[in-house]
Amino acid sequence: MPNLSTKWLKKSPWIYHVGTGGCNNCDIEILDCLTPRFDVERFGIKLVVSPRHADVLLVSGPVSYHIKSRLQEVYRQVPKPCVVACLGACACSMGIFKDAYSVAGPVDKVIKEIDPNAIFVYVPGCPPKPETMIMGLVKALQKI
Amino acid sequence: MDNLFLYVIAFLIFPGFLFTSSFGLIVSWIDRKVSALIQWRVGPPFFQPFYDLLKLWHKELIIPATAKKNGFILAPLLGISSVTLLATILGIINLNPEYQFIGDIIVILYLMIIPPLSIVWGGFTSGNPFGALGASREIKLMMGYELPFILAIVTVFFKVGSISLGEIIQYQHVHGVMLNLPSMIVAFIVSILCLQAKLAQVPFDISEAECEIMEGPFIEYSGPLLAVYKLMQSMLQVVFPWFLISIFWGGTSFQGWGILWAVLKYIFIITLVILIKNTNPRIRIDQAVKFFWGWVTLVALIAMILMFMGY
Ligand code: SF4
Repeated sequence: MPNLSTKWLKKSPWIYHVGTGGCNNCDIEILDCLTPRFDVERFGIKLVVSPRHADVLLVSGPVSYHIKSRLQEVYRQVPKPCVVACLGACACSMGIFKDAYSVAGPVDKVIKEIDPNAIFVYVPGCPPKPETMIMGLVKALQKI
Repeated sequence: MDNLFLYVIAFLIFPGFLFTSSFGLIVSWIDRKVSALIQWRVGPPFFQPFYDLLKLWHKELIIPATAKKNGFILAPLLGISSVTLLATILGIINLNPEYQFIGDIIVILYLMIIPPLSIVWGGFTSGNPFGALGASREIKLMMGYELPFILAIVTVFFKVGSISLGEIIQYQHVHGVMLNLPSMIVAFIVSILCLQAKLAQVPFDISEAECEIMEGPFIEYSGPLLAVYKLMQSMLQVVFPWFLISIFWGGTSFQGWGILWAVLKYIFIITLVILIKNTNPRIRIDQAVKFFWGWVTLVALIAMILMFMGY
């Protein structure tokens, strides 16, 4: 069964965007992907508004202590199978926020606390270009 | 026994479930593609709605702890079965206008109310405040558009002197289509506006406004049940315009060039819907109710008066 479900998941990844305390620059770049120039709908990618509809959790920003439990809650709300995409240097490795007093850790560490088998996609950059984002997501989805 | 078998075929395959759902998915692709072209984008590939549906079908189904389980599961199923029944009745009467039962149009009008009601039911049982908010907006919107819609349809009843869809279609075969009359054009415009609200398309997608209440009634639905709702909505996109065609535009015949003509009529209506959708911002619920009870009802009354004056 999992094979079949991921087969279709590649064709229509619906994205739910979670901001976890980044500098908001990554979030703005996400909106660029929806513009006519990049048009992610070509790949069936769609921004959805409820975590219940999502296949990909697009997380931007280091996880601050405040948002940590919320991120974990949102991850629990997403129907499986799902992919967590870490967007930007912050989400991948905490970036410029490393060793800051208020951050709980990079996204993968926080999510692995509740689900060790979660699937991750890393898109580095500060902020990543829209082309990079699309390429990272498409490539990663092919590998699943 | 033979008849029963034919009815089952009609319900499951043509013009019921299989036909309406696959046609509806193609239409929802057209909808997305045309919207993309209007915004200078490329748009999704042809099979995108099918991929979406298959993917949703294979995902996990989550039933929230606060939801009322039975209602939550039954609501989408009720909606989709009523749309299928609607398509079956419409299709059979269009294929053979002789086949009818008294007051079939009343049954059709009631069946058309059930899909929005199922959305309301799903929203309230989901146990989510946004779901309940969306559901209550849906009820208000329904109260708004049903009045002018029924008025517009009743105009046709008085003209034909019958409340049976078969007779309305036969009348149009004999006397020419309804849209030849000025009063009927006015009534048709009213019902196009109501159609926009019935299909929950943009100026009236108040109940599922994604930026304010996050898809409202659908917020808690995931996986297969969300797929059922999506399928129901794309089937509605086929059935409601088809009903308007049957009432105002001489119905559809499936012989010879009739098929092409039927498809052209359908494309005309659905293009109108897509254009209205892409050129208007969403309005508030109070504005929508005022709009429908004010201007639209007034125009529907004018259509009725024109009809009684013989235009
Ligand atoms: S990766 Fe860079 S641009 Fe993105 S949120 Fe972090 S600091 Fe901002």
